[in-house]
Amino acid sequence: MKKTDEKMPSGAETKLTGEERAPEKTAQELASEIGEKDGLKEELFRMCRQNHVAALSAAVILIIILLAVFAPVIAPYKEAEQDLMSRLQGPSMAHLFGTDELGRDVFSRILYGARVSLIVGIFPSIISLVIGIVMGLLAGFIGGWVDYVIMRLADIMLSFPSLLLTMVIMYTLGRFSNSIVCIFIALSLVGWASVSRVVRSQTLSLKETEYVEAARSIGVGSGKIMFRHILPNCIPSLIVLYTLSVPSSILSESTLSFLGIGVQPPAASWGLMVNQSKQFLFTQPWLALAPSLAIMVIVLAFNFLGDGLRDVLDPYMKTQ
Amino acid sequence: MNTEILLQAKDVYKEFITARKQVVHAVSGIDLTICKGETLALVGESGCGKSTLGRTLIHLLPATKGEIWFEGKDITKMSEKEFRPVRAKMQMVFQDPYASLNPRMTVRDIIAEPLVTHHICNSKEETTGKVLELMAMVGVPAQFLNRYPHQFSGGQRQRIGIARAIALRPQLLVCDEPVSALDVSVQSQVLNLLKQLKQQLSLTSLFIGHDLSVINFIADRVCVMFLGRMCEIADKDELYRHPLHPYTGFLMDAIPIADPHRRDDDRSILEGEIPSPVNPPSGCYFHTRCPYANERCRKEVPAMLDYGNGHMAACHRCEESKKM
Amino acid sequence: MSTENVLEIRGLKSSFFTDKGEVPAVNGVDLVIPRGKIVGLVGESGCGKSMTAKSVMGLLKYPGRIVEGEILLGGKDLTKLSDRELREHCGKDISMIFQEPMTSLNPVLKVGRQVQETLLVHDKNIGKEEAKRQVIDIFKKVGIPEAEKRYSCYPHELSGGLRQRVMIAMAMVCRPALLIADEPTTALDVTIEAQILRLMKDLCRQNNMSVLIITHNLGVVAEICDDIYVMYAGKIMEHAPVFELFDHTRHPYTKGLLASIPRIGDNPEFLHTIPGVVPNMLHLPKGCAFANRCELVQERCRSQMPELVTAAPDHECRCFLALEEEDQNGTGRKGGGDR
Repeated sequence: MKKTDEKMPSGAETKLTGEERAPEKTAQELASEIGEKDGLKEELFRMCRQNHVAALSAAVILIIILLAVFAPVIAPYKEAEQDLMSRLQGPSMAHLFGTDELGRDVFSRILYGARVSLIVGIFPSIISLVIGIVMGLLAGFIGGWVDYVIMRLADIMLSFPSLLLTMVIMYTLGRFSNSIVCIFIALSLVGWASVSRVVRSQTLSLKETEYVEAARSIGVGSGKIMFRHILPNCIPSLIVLYTLSVPSSILSESTLSFLGIGVQPPAASWGLMVNQSKQFLFTQPWLALAPSLAIMVIVLAFNFLGDGLRDVLDPYMKTQ
Repeated sequence: MNTEILLQAKDVYKEFITARKQVVHAVSGIDLTICKGETLALVGESGCGKSTLGRTLIHLLPATKGEIWFEGKDITKMSEKEFRPVRAKMQMVFQDPYASLNPRMTVRDIIAEPLVTHHICNSKEETTGKVLELMAMVGVPAQFLNRYPHQFSGGQRQRIGIARAIALRPQLLVCDEPVSALDVSVQSQVLNLLKQLKQQLSLTSLFIGHDLSVINFIADRVCVMFLGRMCEIADKDELYRHPLHPYTGFLMDAIPIADPHRRDDDRSILEGEIPSPVNPPSGCYFHTRCPYANERCRKEVPAMLDYGNGHMAACHRCEESKKM
Repeated sequence: MSTENVLEIRGLKSSFFTDKGEVPAVNGVDLVIPRGKIVGLVGESGCGKSMTAKSVMGLLKYPGRIVEGEILLGGKDLTKLSDRELREHCGKDISMIFQEPMTSLNPVLKVGRQVQETLLVHDKNIGKEEAKRQVIDIFKKVGIPEAEKRYSCYPHELSGGLRQRVMIAMAMVCRPALLIADEPTTALDVTIEAQILRLMKDLCRQNNMSVLIITHNLGVVAEICDDIYVMYAGKIMEHAPVFELFDHTRHPYTKGLLASIPRIGDNPEFLHTIPGVVPNMLHLPKGCAFANRCELVQERCRSQMPELVTAAPDHECRCFLALEEEDQNGTGRKGGGDR
C-alpha cells in the first residue's frame, strides 16, 4: 500500500491538504465530516454573491413578475380606460409614460401587458424545450427509424414558415379557447423542432464518449444514461437556446397580435403596443419607446441570468 | 495455477459496418480461455482488434458470431434481463482517464453509480461509506469526495475509474490500456495499484495493451493479436524467452529501450504499414509485412497449433520447422 | 566548445498570465543544440518542454509569452524579431513536427500541395513544376512508397505512419538547420515508431541537420539522442551526453524516472514509483520543485533552489547531493551548490 500511496497534490490544487486522515475513523464518520456537496440552493446563493449582474437580473425578473401580478393594485389607471381629452400626451406626473391615441395611460398598459408578454415569453419556451429535449434525446440515443421519424417531423416543422404554422394552429384552435391559450399552444408546438435538433446532435456525440460507455459497462439503463449522463452535458447549449427563445416568443406574440389573431385590443401586450405606436414613431416616440424598453429589459435580464446559471451548473467553475 | 475456466470464447467474430457500407473485420475467429485468478494480456498495434475483443468478451459490444461462456453459461444467448446480474461480475477500466469520467458528476456519484444501479446499498449513508472505503483502497484521499473530475490529475482520475470498476467486486476486470495515457512516474503507481488490487481481491483480469514492457510486469499469460486474429499465445516467461511468431519478435524488438548501450542501428525493423481491416490480405494477414513470407503464407490461413505447455502460434514457418 | 551551435537558448523564461497569477511554465532554461546532433528534452506532461519549443518557434498563444531570455539562431536573437521576420526563419531554418499527424495537416488539401506550399512560400524563384519534382523527391527520401501517387492523396487516405512521414517531409523540404520534433512518435504504434525514429536519425546524419526531440519516453531518447536535457517544473534538472546520463545518473528525479520504467527481462514484484504528483506551477514550493517527491530530501532543499552545477565534465545537475557524492569520492568541484 505504501508504495502506491499517492500523496495529496500540493499547492493550490487543494486547500484541503495538511490534515492527514485519522485511520481509526470509520467511513461513516468521515462522510459526515466531509458533508454533502452543495445543493442547488446553496449554489444559487453563491452565484448571487459572485455574479452581481446575474443577481440583479434575477431581481429585475422577479420585480417584473410582481408588477404584472399586482398590476390592478399598482396601475394608476385601468387597462382600457380611455380619456379622450388627454390623447397623445407626453410623459408627466399624471401619466408616467404619457398616453396613447385613445388617451390610455401607457404605464398602466405596460403593467397589464407584462402579464401577457411574460406568460407568452416564459412558458411556451419551457414547453417547447421539454418536448425538444425528449424528442432529441430519443432520436439521438435510439437512432434508427425513431431518429428518422422524429427528425422528418422536425424538418417539416422547420420548413414551414413558423408564422404561417402558428397561424394555422391558431385558426384551428381558435374555435375552442381564447386567444392567449391559443398563442400559448401554438408557440409551444412550433419551438420544439430546433431544440430537438441541437439536443440530437449533442446526444450523438456524447453517446460515443467513454463515460457513457463506462456507464453501460456498469449496467446503467438507457433512461438513466440519457438523463444522468447525456442531458446534463447539454445544459450550456440548452440555456443559450432558452434565453434566445424567450424574446422571440414575445416578439411572435406581437406579430400575431398585429395580424389580428393574437391578443385583441383593448387588452394590452407589449408587442401589440409597439405595433400600434408605429404611426406615432416620429411625433410621439415614447409610445414605442416604453414597450420596447420593457422588452429589452426582460430580454437582457434573461440573457444575463442564463449566463449566471450556466456558470452555476458548470463544474469547471467550482474550483473552491 | 488455478486452471478453473472463468471465461471461454469460441470462434468469436465481430464486424462493423461503416457509413460507406464497408465491412470492418475487427475480430475474426478468436478462441480464448481465461482461467480464474490469472491476468491475460492482449497485445497488438492499433487496429488489431484488441479493444474490440475486450469489449465483445464482456458483452459491451454484441458479438457478430461465436459463443462466449462465462461461469458455465453462454452470455451471447442471454436476454437483457438474464444478463443483468452477469454484468456486475464483468467490469472495465478505460483508457482515457479524462474522457471516462462524466465531468458533471462528483467523485462520490461516479463511484456510487455501480452500487446504486445494482442496489448494493440500502441507504445514502451506507453508499457514501462504501465509496470512501473504495477511495481508500485505490489511494484517493477521502477529502476529495465531492470534487469534480477536472480537479484531479490523470493518475488520480484513473484511480477513480478503477474504484468504480471494482465497486461491484467483479469476477473479471477488463483493463483497456489503463496506463497508456499516463506519465512514466504515474504509470508505475497505477500499475502497482492494479497488481496489488489483483492480489487483494483475487481478481481475474484481461489487460489490453500495446507496450510489451508494461505487459511483462502485469500479465501471467500473453496473447498477441494482428488484424483481428490471434498470432501467438503463451505464458509470459515462455513468450518473452522463445517467441515463435515472427510478429511477436518484431514487436519486442521495436520497443525503444531506455539504455543507450543496447542501441542497435542494424537491428531489423518491421517494414510497411498495418493493412486495413476493411479488406485484409489473403492467407496469413501478416504476410504483407513478414520478411519470411512465402507462397503458402499468401494463400493459406495458418491454424493455431500447440507447441507444448499451452504455447500456441499461428504461423506456417513455425509449423514447418517443428516438423523438421 | 569546438562544434558550432545551431541554436542557443539562454535564460529563457516563458509564462502564462492567467486570472490567478503568473504561471512560469519555462523558468530559466539554458539549452544548446550543436550542429548535426540530436538533442532530447525529456520530462513529464506539464513540465514546460513543449512550451520551450513553442517559444523558439514563436508559437506561444495568449495568455502565454516570453518574459525574458535569448534564443540565438546563428547569432541572431529570435525573441527580438518581429513576427514577419520570425516567419521567414520558421519553416526555412527551423521547422517543427507535432505529435498528432492528423490534426497538423489540412484535411481538404492534397498532401503534395501542402508540402509544395511550404517550398513556394520560402523560395520565391522556384517554379511550380520544379517544386513538385522536389516534393516527390523528398517524399522518396522520407520513405513514402509510391511517392508520385501519394502526392495527390488527401490526409485521411494515409495511415498514421505515412502522415507523420508527410509531416517530416514538409519540415525537411526547405532543408532546415534544425528540426524540432514535439512527441513525434507518441501517437504511433511501436513498429511504426521504430521506423520513424530510424528515419529521423538517418536524415540527421545525411544532411548534417540538428534535431531537438521533445518526449516523455526515456526509451526514445536512449535510442536516438546524443545529448539529453531532463526538465521538471519549468527548469532543467540534469543535462549530460546520453551515455553519461544513463550510466552515471545523478539527479534523484532522473533516477526515479529510470527506475519506474517496467523492463522486459526484469520481473519485480512492484515497480519503483516516484510518490506524489507534479507540483502546481501557480504555487511552486520555495525550494527545489522536486523536494516534496524526493526520497533524499533534506532541510535546505525545502528552503532554497539548488543551482545547475557542473558535477562532472559535460554533466550538469540541479541538486545539492550531486556535488556531495562527488566530494566523498574526492573528485568533485567544491562550491556552487550551496549558493
